[in-house]
Amino acid sequence: MLTKIVVGLDGSGSGSRAVDYARKLGSLIGECELILVYVVEWSPFTFQTPEENAERHKRREEEIKMAMDRVVTPAVNAAKEAGHTVRGIVRHGDVADLLDDIAVKEGASQIVVARTSESGITQRIFGSSTANLVMHASVPVTVVG
Amino acid sequence: MKFIFPTAVTGLILSSSALAAQEAKTIDQTVNEVFAAVTGPFVNLIFAPIPGTSFPWIVMWLVVAASIFTLYFGFVQFKWFKHSIQLVKGDYSDPNDAGEVSHFQALATALSGTVGLGNIAGVAVAVGIGGPGATFWMILAGLLGMASKFTECTLGVKYRNEYPDGTVSGGPMYYISKGFKERGIPGGKFMAVLFSLFCILGALGGGNMFQANQAHAQISGILGEFPGWITGLIFAGVVFAVIVGGIKSIARVTEKVVPFMGILYVGAALIILIVEFDKIGWAFGQIFAGAFTGLGVAGGLVGALIQGFKRAAFSNEAGVGSAAIAHSAVRTKEPITEGFVSLLEPFIDTVVICTMTALVITISGQLIMDGDTGRFILNEAGTMISTVDGNTGVALTSAAFATGISWFPYVLAIAVILFAFSTMISWSYYGLKAWTYLFGEGKTTELVFKVMFCVFVVIGAAANLGPVIDFSDAAIFAMAVVNIAALYVLMPIVMKELKSYQSRLASGEIKKFVSKRS
Repeated sequence: MLTKIVVGLDGSGSGSRAVDYARKLGSLIGECELILVYVVEWSPFTFQTPEENAERHKRREEEIKMAMDRVVTPAVNAAKEAGHTVRGIVRHGDVADLLDDIAVKEGASQIVVARTSESGITQRIFGSSTANLVMHASVPVTVVG
Repeated sequence: MKFIFPTAVTGLILSSSALAAQEAKTIDQTVNEVFAAVTGPFVNLIFAPIPGTSFPWIVMWLVVAASIFTLYFGFVQFKWFKHSIQLVKGDYSDPNDAGEVSHFQALATALSGTVGLGNIAGVAVAVGIGGPGATFWMILAGLLGMASKFTECTLGVKYRNEYPDGTVSGGPMYYISKGFKERGIPGGKFMAVLFSLFCILGALGGGNMFQANQAHAQISGILGEFPGWITGLIFAGVVFAVIVGGIKSIARVTEKVVPFMGILYVGAALIILIVEFDKIGWAFGQIFAGAFTGLGVAGGLVGALIQGFKRAAFSNEAGVGSAAIAHSAVRTKEPITEGFVSLLEPFIDTVVICTMTALVITISGQLIMDGDTGRFILNEAGTMISTVDGNTGVALTSAAFATGISWFPYVLAIAVILFAFSTMISWSYYGLKAWTYLFGEGKTTELVFKVMFCVFVVIGAAANLGPVIDFSDAAIFAMAVVNIAALYVLMPIVMKELKSYQSRLASGEIKKFVSKRS
């Protein structure tokens, strides 16, 4: 049976360590698909100017393309070259919510993420995405240091 | 328009050249006189009374339209109110569309264009002239206006232009020209052009001069009297930096601070009302009694009614068409959903916020009343109710809040400046969209409008409240003349959308998106 692992990317060094770890796991499991997910932080409840709204669709496309080109595609290609079954997804929304949603929908066995890349006041007030994911996840989560 | 603005601009240039020779006060007066003379005929035409009465035809035009839309769509504002809130919460938003403009964002953006001085200064003007009774008519106009807003915003999304680069432009000019063509009715292009002309005037008037004027009134109320053109120049400089210089960070900060100011304003009003809760019953009594008897205000019952309707329309802009420009940025498969969301706008703006202001003013005792007769005492000219310090507009609201929270005028001053600024930024966009509809997209044509917009900030701050408020009202209502005429023609299209949506919602084809985790 095909085992699926969802991996959270964040474009940083720790994100790639998460991918490395997931690839190791995949090799050990054998029949395994890696789903690499990059989430563009976005909330539907922010305030924007009329001009920002008018350009929003264009910006969204640009954000998706940039995340694909710079983060997801290189990671997917590297994993493919190493012989893994892998695909990449870019989504907008809350990191913790989306990683879990995707894992549930895809029927993944676990989620692999890096330790938080947020720092300072945001993390103190809202908690880190990783911590939120760990607290609410529906499937096992591995946090890579 | 051709005859109006070159003269007004010339007036400004003339007055600027006289700067060295004359005292600052005289510059303000000159600007004011030239402005009042130039805009007079336009204002008189828009506010002409229905023959044989003192009732302005334009007010009737708005209220009749709002009532017709309410009946035609079967009281859409009440029947679909709950659904509208569910839409704003995102219950029906496809998670795959995340990252696009959400219903909430479109509503918040449109609200930051409308919630502002109309709610603070406009209501004070209405209550000052029409007495507390004006509030009743204002609430009624707000409730009816929800149906007008629903109609125009649905059409705004349905007929917007989507460009290859992914940006969108929408609004009455687009739905008028495309919708008329679709229905095979001639004259769409002409009406779209006419709307655009009025929209530019509205952007310069209510969306700009009125804001600059009242912001100056507020600042000078705290710092002491000083010439309006100074405030005007500072404001114009900041607006210029944002809309011409592209310093979006200023606009972003404002857009984020304004909602909190709105919450703070409503919060302060609530505190005053809670402290004075024993007077709330009396205040509502005044509102109802004044609505039907006039209580001795200028113009009696009709005066209260006209003021209430006028200020509601000016505040929530229902039927004016401006919101259709703001709401059309939403990327939804169902244009009607944006109509539902937009109907919350007059509710929040008028039924909630304006009523708060009116209640605080009524309860504060700023309006002088004859203790024996229970009727209001008018000023010497007989045009307004006398107030304790002779205040009107935003100064009256400020004084009313100060009776409950003594330091609130300082917070209000900041709120007014931010509200004024965010409304200006919103309207500069609406005006620009109308401008580019007329003259085409392009850097130079856009720059011409933006510079003109900044010049009018200075004129607005320097002129007196009277002529500015008259012109602002007239310009905004002129937009409604064209827009509402078009809405009558296009409302069957909205009805078709409504019926189709209703049946698909009932059949379960349109359903809530529920997160797997919940």
